[in-house]
Amino acid sequence: MALRDLTAAQQLAALAAGETTSLELVDAHLAAVDADPVQAFLAVDADGARARAREIDALPERPPLGGVPIAIKDALSTRDIVTTSGSRMLEGFRPVYTATCVDRLEAAGAIVLGKTNMDEFAMGSSTENSAYQNTLNPWDHERVPGGSSGGSAASVAERQVPWSLGSDTGGSIRQPASLCGIVGMKPTYGAISRYGLIAFASSLDQVGPFARTVEDAALLLRHMVGRDPMDSTSLDWPGEITVPTATDLAGVRVGVVDELMGEGVEPGVRAAVEASLGVMEDLGATVVPVSLPSALSGLATYYVIAPAECSSNLARFDGIRYGHPIPADNLLDQYELTRGELFGPEVKRRIMLGTFALASGYYDQYYGRAQRLRTLIVREFAEAFSGVDLLASPTSPTVAFPLGDRTADPYAMYMADVCTIPVSLAGLPAISLPCGLADGLPVGLQLAGPAFSENRLLDAAHAVEGALAFDTRPPGLMT
Amino acid sequence: MSDFEPVIGVEIHVQLSTHTKMFCGCALSFGDPPNTHTCPVCLAHPGVLPVVNEEAVRRAILIGLALGCEIAPRSIFHRKNYFYPDLPKAYQVSQFDIPICGRGEFVAVRDDGSEIRVGITRAHLEEDAAKLTHLGGRRAGAEESVVDFNRGGTPLVEIVTEPDLRSASDAVTFLRQLRQTLLFLGVSDCSMEEGSMRADANVSIRPVGSHGFGTKTELKNMNSFRFLERGIEAEITRQEGILRDGGRVSQETVHYEPETGHITSLRSKEESHDYRYFPEPDLVPVAPDPGWVGELRGELPELPLALRRRMVGEMGLTAEDAEVLTESPELVAYFMDAAALADPKACANWIRGELRAQLREVGTEPWESRVSPAHIAALVDLLGAGTVSVPAAKEVLAGMIETGEQPDAVVEAKGLAQMDESDLAAVIDALVEANPDQAQQLRDGKDKVIGFFVGQAMKQTNGRADPQAVQRLVRAAVLGD
Repeated sequence: MALRDLTAAQQLAALAAGETTSLELVDAHLAAVDADPVQAFLAVDADGARARAREIDALPERPPLGGVPIAIKDALSTRDIVTTSGSRMLEGFRPVYTATCVDRLEAAGAIVLGKTNMDEFAMGSSTENSAYQNTLNPWDHERVPGGSSGGSAASVAERQVPWSLGSDTGGSIRQPASLCGIVGMKPTYGAISRYGLIAFASSLDQVGPFARTVEDAALLLRHMVGRDPMDSTSLDWPGEITVPTATDLAGVRVGVVDELMGEGVEPGVRAAVEASLGVMEDLGATVVPVSLPSALSGLATYYVIAPAECSSNLARFDGIRYGHPIPADNLLDQYELTRGELFGPEVKRRIMLGTFALASGYYDQYYGRAQRLRTLIVREFAEAFSGVDLLASPTSPTVAFPLGDRTADPYAMYMADVCTIPVSLAGLPAISLPCGLADGLPVGLQLAGPAFSENRLLDAAHAVEGALAFDTRPPGLMT
Repeated sequence: MSDFEPVIGVEIHVQLSTHTKMFCGCALSFGDPPNTHTCPVCLAHPGVLPVVNEEAVRRAILIGLALGCEIAPRSIFHRKNYFYPDLPKAYQVSQFDIPICGRGEFVAVRDDGSEIRVGITRAHLEEDAAKLTHLGGRRAGAEESVVDFNRGGTPLVEIVTEPDLRSASDAVTFLRQLRQTLLFLGVSDCSMEEGSMRADANVSIRPVGSHGFGTKTELKNMNSFRFLERGIEAEITRQEGILRDGGRVSQETVHYEPETGHITSLRSKEESHDYRYFPEPDLVPVAPDPGWVGELRGELPELPLALRRRMVGEMGLTAEDAEVLTESPELVAYFMDAAALADPKACANWIRGELRAQLREVGTEPWESRVSPAHIAALVDLLGAGTVSVPAAKEVLAGMIETGEQPDAVVEAKGLAQMDESDLAAVIDALVEANPDQAQQLRDGKDKVIGFFVGQAMKQTNGRADPQAVQRLVRAAVLGD
C-alpha cells in the first residue's frame, strides 16, 4: 500500500510504529502535489514542509498530529506563504500572521504542504470563480469539484494529502466533499476561531475539516475547537471531540427533511440517500419525516445576508496597504479602477447585491427581513430537534456537474447549496459523508445536529460509514 | 435685540486614555514616530477580527454614570461603511441604535450661579480613524497625503446632547464643565489642542417664542473653546443674516476660519454618504453585569459640581475659591488634604494665592512641589497662633518650596518667628527718633506715612514684626494713642 493511500490515522499509526517518518510522508505527498493533475493547489511550500518534517522527526516524542501533511484552503492566512483567497486582488500577498486554526494544527504537529484553490473570496459552488485556475474533480476531470473549497476537497480525494482545511459559509465544505466523495464537516458556528479566515460573510463563515474517513475528520477537529481570545464570536467547546467508534445507531432518531428531498433533487441522488436511510434503519435508527417549512426560503435569506456582509468585508481591499493598486489621478478613480479590475464578476455581483440590500431605505425590506427569516429558520430547527437527534438530507441536490455548465447561470449555481444553506443560517454543525454513486459519481449524505452535537454527528457518521463501506478511491487514480 | 433665538446641541468626541486601542492590543501613543503602533488588526489585514477593549467599556460606563445616563443592559456595535484612506477596513466600528449609554442630563453653572441643564441624548463607543496629513496644500489641492495609523483604532466615546443650549457662551460653559468632569473621571486627557477632545456644534436659529426648529448646520473641527464660541457666534450671525434677507439656511457642514472670522461651507449634507449601517457580525453584544455597573457607580469620584457646592456650603469657601480649586482633580485632592488638617478657608487662600503664585515662577504645580498639603496646614496653624506674621509666612513658604522642610524648621532656620512686643517697641522708638520728618507728617494727619514706618520696621526685623503691631506701636510712639 502506498503512503498516499493511508488515512491520517493510519499514517499516525505507522509513524508511532516507526515504520515511516514525517519526511517520507511529506515527500510522498509532495510528489503528488507537484504533479497536481487536478489543479488543486495555488501555492506549495515544499522547503518549509520538509524542514518542519525533519524537525518533528528529530523530536524525542511525536506531537499528537505527528508530522502528517495537510493542505489549507487559500482563504486562511498563512504567515509568509502566499495567500490570495483565490483573487487577483491578493496576488502575491504574503501574510504577516497565521490563522489560529492553522496555528493550532501546526502546534499539534500537522505539516502544511500548500494552499488550495477556491472560488474567489469563497463565493461560488464550483471553484470556477477562482481568478487563477479551474480545479478538476478527481472522479471526472471534465467536472467541477464543487466549491468554494474545491481545491481542498479535490486534494484529499486525489490523495495528495490525507486531510485538509476548508471554510463553509453556505456549504463550501459539505458540497465539495459530496461532489468529491469524501467526508467534510462544518462545525457549530463559533466552535473554531475565524481569526485568520479571510472573511466572506462573518456571521456564517466556519472553518472545518476534509478527510477520507470520519475518524480523520474528528482527529483534525479536536485540535482546532475552542475559544480564541482573538475571535469574540468563538466559544468554549463543551468537553472535547472524541474519536468516533460507534458501529450502530440504536436509539437514534433521524428526521428526514421533507423540503430537501423534493423537486430539484436528482433521482440518482435521491436513490442513494434513501438507500443510506435504509441502512441507518438497519443499524437501529428510527427514521421519521420532518418538516422545516422555511428551509427553501433559506436560499433567498442567504443571498441577502451573505452579500450584505461581504459588501462590507471586502471594502478593505483597495490595493493600498497590501495587494497592488492600479494607479489613477485621484483617490476615487483609484478605488474604482483597482476594485473594478481586480475583483471577478461573481464577487462584484455580490458586493452590488449587498450594497443595495443595506442601502438606507431598503434595509428593512431586505437585510432586516432576511434577519427575521433567519430567526424563523433557527426556531424551526430547534423545534425539529425537540423530536429527533439528527436531520438527514442530501448534501447537494446533484452530483458533480460539468465544468462551464452553470457559469452563465448564477441562480443554477446558487441552487447547489440549497440543502446546506439552512443549516448554515442556523449556525448548526453538519457533516457530509459519501453514501453511494449516481452515474458513477459520488453522492453525499448530510447529517445535521443541534449546536455542539459534533460528537453525536461523528458517531452516527462513523456507524453509517462502516455499514456503507464506500470506496473513496476515484476510478483510475494511481497512487 | 435679536428677534431670533439660537438653538444649539453639541457632539463631543473624547479619546479614552486607555493603554491599548479599542479593538487590538496596540499601545496608544501621542507624538511617537508614525506607524509604529500598528498590527494586522488595526491595519485591517485580511482575516483579522476585532476584540473589545474592556477598559474602554469600563470608562464609557463611568462617563455614562457621571452624566446620569441609563446604562444599556445590552448594547451592540454597528459598522459605518465608507471609503477613505484613514479608515483601513473601509468601515468604522461604532454604535448606532443601541448605544451603551442612553439618556442623561448634565448641569453646568454660569458665573452668576444660574444653572444650564443640558439633556444628554446618548454616549456611545467607537474607534478613531487614522491621521491624515496633507502635504503641499489643503485636501483636494494637496500634492500628497500620508497616513499615520498610530491613531487608528483609538477608543472614542461620542457624547451627543439635546439641542438645549441657547447661546454660544452657554455652549462653551457647558463644554468646559463637561471637560472638567471627564478629567475628574480620569478617562481622557481631554486636550483640545492634541485632539483628544473634539467638539462639533449643531446650530440653528428660530424666531423668539417659537418652539419649532430651524434648519441646522454642523460647525466642525473646532480645536479650542475660544474658537468654538466665536464660531458659534459667527454662525448665528450668518444665519440671522440669511433669514432677515428672506433666504433659507441650508443643511450643511460649516467651518469657522479663526484668522478671518468667516464661516465656510465644507460639504452639503444632501450629498452625504449612505453609511449602510448594519450590526457588526464580528462582535458579540456588550452586556455589562449589573453588579459591575453598581461597583462602577460606587467608584465614581466626587464630581466638580458637587464638590463646589460642598466647598461653599460646608467649608466656608467663596464661589470663586471653589471654582479655582476644582480646576483639576489633583488640586482638589491637594486642597482637601490640607483642609482636613487646618482651617479650610485659610488653606484655600494660601493654596490658590501665594502658593500657586510662587510655584508659577518655578513652573510647577502644588502637588508636584516639595510642599505637601500637611506643610500648608502647619503654616496656616503657625499664622493662626501668631507665631509668624503674614509677610514672614510668605518667606516661610519660599523656604519650604526650596527645601521641602516643615514650616517650623524654616522659621527656625531663617529666624522668622514674630518678635516679642517689647523688643519691637524698642525698634519702633528708634525708628521714630531717626525719622522726625515722617513723624511730623503723621502728626499732621498724613496717615499714609504709616506705611513708611511699617516698611522700615519689617526691613530692620527681617520680616519678624507683625505689621499690625508695628502700626499700633508707631501711633503710640508718635501720637501717644
